[in-house]
Amino acid sequence: MGDDRNPKALRATLSSHSARNRADEAEAVHVSIKSDRDIIFARQKGKELASRLGFSNTDLTLIATAISELARNIVLYAKTGEVYLKTVKQGERRGLSVVASDEGQGIPDLQRALQDGYSTSHSLGLGLPGVRRLMDEFEINSELNRGTTVSVKKWVP
Amino acid sequence: MEVPILKQGPYLIASIQSALSDEDLVQLRDALVAQVGKLRSRGVIVDVTALDVMDSFATRTLRDIAHMIRLRGAEMVIVGIQPEVAFALVRLGLKLEGVATALDLEEGILYLNRKMGESGKEMKHRGR
Amino acid sequence: MAKVRQKNAMAPMDDPVELLRELVAHLQQNRTLLREEWARRITEAKLLTAMSKDEIFAEATAIYDNYIEALESGTFEALQAYARNLSERIIPRGVETHEVIGIVLLLRDVLARSLFAKYQSDFTLYNRILDAYEPAANRIANTVAVGFVQERERVIREQQEAIRVLSTPVLQVRERLLILPIIGVIDPQRARQLTEQLLRGIRTNRAKVVVIDITGVPVMDANVANHLVQTVEATRLLGATVIITGLSPEIAQTLVTIGVDLGKMNTVGDLQGGIEEAERLLGYKVVPLGESPHSV
Repeated sequence: MGDDRNPKALRATLSSHSARNRADEAEAVHVSIKSDRDIIFARQKGKELASRLGFSNTDLTLIATAISELARNIVLYAKTGEVYLKTVKQGERRGLSVVASDEGQGIPDLQRALQDGYSTSHSLGLGLPGVRRLMDEFEINSELNRGTTVSVKKWVP
Repeated sequence: MEVPILKQGPYLIASIQSALSDEDLVQLRDALVAQVGKLRSRGVIVDVTALDVMDSFATRTLRDIAHMIRLRGAEMVIVGIQPEVAFALVRLGLKLEGVATALDLEEGILYLNRKMGESGKEMKHRGR
Repeated sequence: MAKVRQKNAMAPMDDPVELLRELVAHLQQNRTLLREEWARRITEAKLLTAMSKDEIFAEATAIYDNYIEALESGTFEALQAYARNLSERIIPRGVETHEVIGIVLLLRDVLARSLFAKYQSDFTLYNRILDAYEPAANRIANTVAVGFVQERERVIREQQEAIRVLSTPVLQVRERLLILPIIGVIDPQRARQLTEQLLRGIRTNRAKVVVIDITGVPVMDANVANHLVQTVEATRLLGATVIITGLSPEIAQTLVTIGVDLGKMNTVGDLQGGIEEAERLLGYKVVPLGESPHSV
């Protein structure tokens, strides 16, 4: 700890940090969703983070679209919520994790919400099966009157 | 950001410059549907070349605009959907059914010209 | 007596640079003998069997000279460049990694034996010569072997890329018309790659019609069939039309089973018919041979 005050040691730590591959360090961004404008901000941040991991252009678009859909569900059904974006590692694999959570009413019929066609029969919203197709991993937790958390991941191929 | 709408002969051209908020999209819808009548336009081109993401709300709003334009007696074509965006849309299950699409502005105008030619013949029969 | 000699020799012979100089001089003096010995050992060990005796001797000479130069100058760039150049020439002839490592180790052995023959009477000096020789020789062996492996990897990468592109060629047969002949089994990964390539091709070539010929696709499961349907839909979003040709009875059955909306699928029996249909869509008139245009 005393080392921290030693400028030489500090410089050494700094340089060893910057020398390390950027992608090795987990990066995280948190976006509060309060209005539809935050949807755009969240997907832009997600795209930025994902592009640093080396995803292809097509994958970046898929990821941004998924974030947009998840953030939109928050605006439509819970008014406010949070989107957490984080780079993740699993062995040699790198990826992006997106967690969208709200404290809204929850989804009454989760089974039905995950069926294709549920979103199209309603004019707007949900689209969870679509998000599932855009990403590699998909997990949802919803409790009535407590809120909903959707976690998705995409791995760099 | 408001979307500029240009009048080009019998057509209206709305070219989207950057990511649109929901409000912008609704504003675009209202403006196009109103102007098409006011300017007696025969066709509308919406250029989405600059959009790097089209989510379900944007896509459905564009589809609604196309349907409303048709109800107002004109044709609409969406031009410039990027390859990556098209890929993401079909993955998401959004197909823009019943909406005409073209590669770019030039193709969009050709499409509308062709449509006008076709309906022009019908119009004559109806004596308009 | 040996002791005295050692003491006298100590001053100049203690300097590694001096030792290396003596070593290089020895290798230069015995150049003809040693590289002949090396080439003989290569043939004996049945290495570089893809090459003739003369070729082996020519390459052995070049490597030998580069080897001495690297020892002398302590720089490895020239050797590295030669190793790359050599690899480029011998990889297409099927020379394997173990052969290249084998010949470099053989040279190391030939030279070490010759040094032993020369210095065996003075073990201390021999040891110091080896001390100077070993690190350089190791680095040389390393440089050549690594150069070969890198070149091989580069060739493999190139070939993989070529195969990838060849497996899904997007061909422009005439203005605004693309043909995508798909051959072989399609898995989801290839289906996706194919779609991306096609969509980009449509944009760059400003294509209006695409003929996807799947005559060469033996089977297609429901998952891949769904990909094909998505490709057709995405193509439409760009403003182009897809014509699918060469659907086998089995694949037709798969498409019906998964409930594809056939109204949206533009299918024609074979590639020839598909191109004719495409030309019709593009506004070209197809005139049968022997019929003059004005009679149409």
